[in-house]
Amino acid sequence: MSAGEAGLPLWEVFVRGRRGLAHVHAGSLHASDAQMALRNARDVYTRRGEGVSIWVVPSAQITASTPDEKDPFFDPSADKVYRHPTFYNLPEEVRQM
Amino acid sequence: MTARNSAGDTDPMAGALFTYALRHGDDALILAQRLSEWASRAPEIEEDIALTNIALDLLGQARALLDYAGTLEGAGRDEDDLAYLRTEREFTNVHLVEQENGDFAHTIARQLFFSTYQLALYEELISSSDELLAGVAAKGVKEAAYHTDHATQWTIRLGDGTDESHRRMQAAVERLWPFTAELFEADDVDRALAEKGVAVDPSTLKLRWALSIAEVLSSATLTAPHSTWTSHGGRRGVHTEGFGYLLAEMQYLHRSYPDAKW
Repeated sequence: MSAGEAGLPLWEVFVRGRRGLAHVHAGSLHASDAQMALRNARDVYTRRGEGVSIWVVPSAQITASTPDEKDPFFDPSADKVYRHPTFYNLPEEVRQM
Repeated sequence: MTARNSAGDTDPMAGALFTYALRHGDDALILAQRLSEWASRAPEIEEDIALTNIALDLLGQARALLDYAGTLEGAGRDEDDLAYLRTEREFTNVHLVEQENGDFAHTIARQLFFSTYQLALYEELISSSDELLAGVAAKGVKEAAYHTDHATQWTIRLGDGTDESHRRMQAAVERLWPFTAELFEADDVDRALAEKGVAVDPSTLKLRWALSIAEVLSSATLTAPHSTWTSHGGRRGVHTEGFGYLLAEMQYLHRSYPDAKW
């Protein structure tokens, strides 16, 4: 029986790496509930020492932008170069920007 | 432990320690082999990875213990010789770990019974006066804690799940229950080493195991069986019917192509 046939809900997995500053989306998986999703995420996404913390979120709870909204959402920012921090030098210590 | 003489030869403690390392190495090795049979066959891909992860943890423990046994024996046998070139009667694992996978519930029941026992064992073995056994236990205790949690979560979900999952989980608990008594049997090897602070007398782990299992079964709405028959003999090299087939598959490659390299 495949995961799809089992009808188990889908979960999005976010992993915080050892040196990372934020949880980063790692992928998704199927699980019966949040506790099982956390354990599956541990086995699927952190077995090579990738993480120190895991979040799981029901995929159904994520509200996503659609491709149809791409132009009104993202195009207006394309020509506003002054919003990028490119006109001054970042100190060496600031690595994550 | 520095003795490097033949098992049971001049230093009887070295012989006992060889036997002890071999027994627990065999438990881990054979359960790893059984769990590996799930690769590509688990009910979910996520579970496929979980079960084979657990198998790899156990294989790591087996390697450390069998390597140590080989050193203690002093006859030049390494971990591969011990794993691949012994015959059925020379394996000293308990019957529980060699039981067939059955359906998923059977595998989970076997995991629950064994991991709960192994967690208790390693927690005690951490304070062994033998440096290597204490080291294996210190690493293994985290793995066993995860294996116990994995089996516990599934036991509760299957037991307290649908009618079918409950029926299958209860059947698995009943089928495997008679194989748990052997985990707690102590013989002269265990007692002699426990007296020296090297090993754990397995009979001292039984109460803790029974309380943990009772709690999980109760959360899972399952009932503990009252079987009177119990299975024995693994530590003496007497095994159940399926074991020969397991060995044939595990040893085939090494015996057919000696010294084959990955």
